[in-house]
Amino acid sequence: MQTAPDRLSATFFALADPTRRAILTRLAAGAATVKELAAPFEMSGPAVSKHLRVLERAGLIARGRQAQWRPRTLEAAPLKEVAEWAGEFRRFWDGSYKRLDAYLHHLQHPEESDDRHS
Amino acid sequence: MTATLSPGVTSYATPTDREVVVTRVVDAPRHLVFDAWTDPRHVPQWLLGPEGWTMPVCEIDLRPGGSWRYVWRKSNGTEMAMSGAILEVVRPERMVTTERWGPEWPETINTVVFTESGERTAITLTILYPSREARDAALETGMKDGIEQSFGRLDRLLRTMR
Repeated sequence: MQTAPDRLSATFFALADPTRRAILTRLAAGAATVKELAAPFEMSGPAVSKHLRVLERAGLIARGRQAQWRPRTLEAAPLKEVAEWAGEFRRFWDGSYKRLDAYLHHLQHPEESDDRHS
Repeated sequence: MTATLSPGVTSYATPTDREVVVTRVVDAPRHLVFDAWTDPRHVPQWLLGPEGWTMPVCEIDLRPGGSWRYVWRKSNGTEMAMSGAILEVVRPERMVTTERWGPEWPETINTVVFTESGERTAITLTILYPSREARDAALETGMKDGIEQSFGRLDRLLRTMR
């Protein structure tokens, strides 16, 4: 089993590629077979399969059970984690720097902000 | 120069295909800002991103050739780890590190420069990605169209599944 950090890294890696993002967007509209996925992207079957393997490993897609078609479906959970984390580069730094401002103020004026001393 | 920047505002720029430059001016002397960035006693107090995260692990071996490692944890148990090497340390003005989110994620080279400006300090963080694609993914610019649209659909889908 993968730990959460490893899974997030795999998710980020999977999302770093525009073709894979396009595949996910297509799957967000509903399940699709490899053939269906390959068609709009003008890709060969093996090229699509390679992308699908990366997405599968990241837990972003799952395979249906119907042996003949094996349609892929989108898995939402890792996307939500990514949205919370890296999809928010600016939010990360805005949030951190806001805290840094307060923390630096506290370091320079410990008596002001520490009203729990009594 | 940094004269046009005000405290409380973070600016983001992409001067080249592979870089992101994050700039912020803080109301504190440079030596203190350097410590806040590089001392494991200080870093978990503020480098926490959006609400809801803590940093239970913060290790910084502050010397060229040293390494660092941060682990963030969310209240629901989700963890996120980053680590890297320390390439250069010039107290109190500059530090160069590598950064990696995991074995499969491309490594970035991060240069943070602290510039004195009166009683304030400008923090200039330059993150160099191995490719434009990696940078855009991290910056969400690449994700925005595809994924955010998907999120809208996903949210609706998830609601119907409940």
